Amino acid sequence: MNPVEVLRFALRGLSANKMRSALTMLGILIGVAAVILLVAIGEGSSRQIQQNIQQLGANTLTITPSTFGGGGGGGGIARVFARAGGGQRQNTGPRTQAKNLTVEDARALADPANAPSVKSVSPVVTAQAQTATYEGASHSIGQLVGTYPSYFEASNKPVAKGAYFYNDDVLAARKVVVIGKTVADDLFGTVDPIGKQITVSGVPFTVIGVLKETGSSGFQDADDVAIAPLPAVQQSLTGFGPLGQILVQAKSAQAVDAAQSEVTEVLNQRHGITDPANPDYRILNSASLQETVSAAIGTFTVLLGAVAAISLLVGGIGITNIMLVTVTERTREIGIRKAIGAPKGAILGQFLAEATMLSLVGGLLGVLIAVIGAQFTIAGVKPVIVPTSIALALGVSVAIGLFFGSYPANRAAGLRPIEALRFE
Amino acid sequence: MRPGTPPVLQLTGVTKVYGEGETAVRALRGVSLRVERGDYVAIMGASGSGKSTLMNIIGCLDVPSGGTYYLDGTDVGALDERSLAIVRNRKLGFVFQAFNLIPRMSALANVELPLAYGGVKAAERRRRALAALDLVGLADRVHHQPNELSGGQQQRVAVARALVTAPTLLLADEPTGALDSKSSEDVMKIFDRLSASGRTLVVITHEEEVAAHAKRVVRLMDGQIVDDVRVTPVGGLPPRFAEVAP
Ligand SMILES: Nc1ncnc2c1ncn2[C@@H]1O[C@H](COP(=O)(O)OP(=O)(O)O)[C@@H](O)[C@H]1O
Ligand SMILES: [Mg+2]
Repeated sequence: MNPVEVLRFALRGLSANKMRSALTMLGILIGVAAVILLVAIGEGSSRQIQQNIQQLGANTLTITPSTFGGGGGGGGIARVFARAGGGQRQNTGPRTQAKNLTVEDARALADPANAPSVKSVSPVVTAQAQTATYEGASHSIGQLVGTYPSYFEASNKPVAKGAYFYNDDVLAARKVVVIGKTVADDLFGTVDPIGKQITVSGVPFTVIGVLKETGSSGFQDADDVAIAPLPAVQQSLTGFGPLGQILVQAKSAQAVDAAQSEVTEVLNQRHGITDPANPDYRILNSASLQETVSAAIGTFTVLLGAVAAISLLVGGIGITNIMLVTVTERTREIGIRKAIGAPKGAILGQFLAEATMLSLVGGLLGVLIAVIGAQFTIAGVKPVIVPTSIALALGVSVAIGLFFGSYPANRAAGLRPIEALRFE
Repeated sequence: MRPGTPPVLQLTGVTKVYGEGETAVRALRGVSLRVERGDYVAIMGASGSGKSTLMNIIGCLDVPSGGTYYLDGTDVGALDERSLAIVRNRKLGFVFQAFNLIPRMSALANVELPLAYGGVKAAERRRRALAALDLVGLADRVHHQPNELSGGQQQRVAVARALVTAPTLLLADEPTGALDSKSSEDVMKIFDRLSASGRTLVVITHEEEVAAHAKRVVRLMDGQIVDDVRVTPVGGLPPRFAEVAP
């Protein structure tokens, strides 16, 4: 009996009971496909969230005003009322009047003497839902940002077509704008938007660039933006009030923490914060946010993997069941084969080959199904296949098939022919 | 009989006990039997007299509790599992009452099976299997599966499978027990022809009609041989062969 012969016998054995073989394969197929797909979905959503975080910009600190425990000063009042819980958050310590973020704050942070780890500082005002029109086409821009040129790099928004605006434009408060892909598509369609004039809430702006598509999906369309020089937006749309936020970019990934403490020190001093635990601003550190979210996503993926592993286990139990149910029939068959002179090795080889083929073919089909399934967006997530999950699922399924497939064969092949023949 | 050729079968004081203690069944109580090459022996006896037990031991499907067993000059008791498989494959052909064909495999594949285990090449295997099926009159049914064949046809496939390796000894345990009289007659004619061509056969039966085909009739009772009658000489033709000869 050469190996080819053994394989032929195994194939014949499998095709002799097509239904049983198909069901066994199906069990393995589902288990393997589930493991790979669920892990891929976990990985996909992880990537997606990471991407969204990266859109905050690399090595950046986002400073926003905070009125928690508010001293009730100035523009803070409106926001206190805006927050339902604001009134209940009674101050724990003495606190001076909450101050808004100003362009002066930004200027102070940009001083290398105060904050040597800071690379750039971009003051930001935003106007939501501004209606832009161009020759009859109209679009409500999700977010109109007024800022400095450094914002493009810090917030990770490269220009795909046209140009950024420059410091000159900011100084001259020129009404120029860089628009996101969604805005460009809605207003211009196939027309080249560069150099065209659009009207935003009645104010004319000249389009000088189009941002690179982020392609991110999520709650907010990151491509539904327009970015213009800070004074231009303040003049025409928001007024010269407080800043919405200040975006600080650190010199390097290592410098982010240093930059954060420098920024804290400068702002505490400028805002007269006496209780450092309770400032009137908040700093969002993109690096630490990413770490936190990655950890949470990791747990999520492990959970998904565990669910999938259970389905693989259930598939394995199915295989065991099918194999055990057929023990009687197969034991008799083994008895017959032994009676006509089959050596033990040939019998074991055949059954081992059968079990391997079943689980391997089932497993490979499962991989195929998973790979095909991963091409579709599932529950808003584009799955990303993790190669190790393929190896693991396939390995486990083959191991299960081998163990439970060869178990009855191994036992029966050791019987005397007459015992196997009499087996009921 | 040429001197020096060992008997095909030499049993001495063979015993078989099933179970232990109070429930022990002594199925064979010291059976000694010698079968020469070319003989055609019928083993008769009432149900429960130990015929199948004896046959399973002769066929190397089971091991005796005591006594010695020489098959074609070799002491079977001293063989390991590997050599036993070779003996079953080369020296023995077994026909069961329940046919015991492998389901969902064609008649041809069933008959080829012992040759495959014996390491015969595919083309040669097919040629010999077809010849054996032709010998039992099933040349036109080679691609049928067992469930597409009648009982008599299945048993003839089983006979073809038993003789395809040209074994030293052909064994049959109540081969006609599950067949009607016409099919039984077909199978017995094949046995007569095999005997006439010089094969050694041992057939178990409780039917006098079947035993009448044999050259020698051995009677078993309660696990012991009680009668051993020679009808025709070892070298001669089986008694019913004249009737079936063409
Ligand atoms: N596997 C077994 N376990 C226990 N007793 C058995 C077994 N096989 C046969 N016997 C007993 O041995 C005796 C002989 O059985 P068997 O050889 O089958 O008789 P026969 O074939 O002549 O009808 C019977 O009493 C039977 O009950
Ligand atoms: Mg019997």
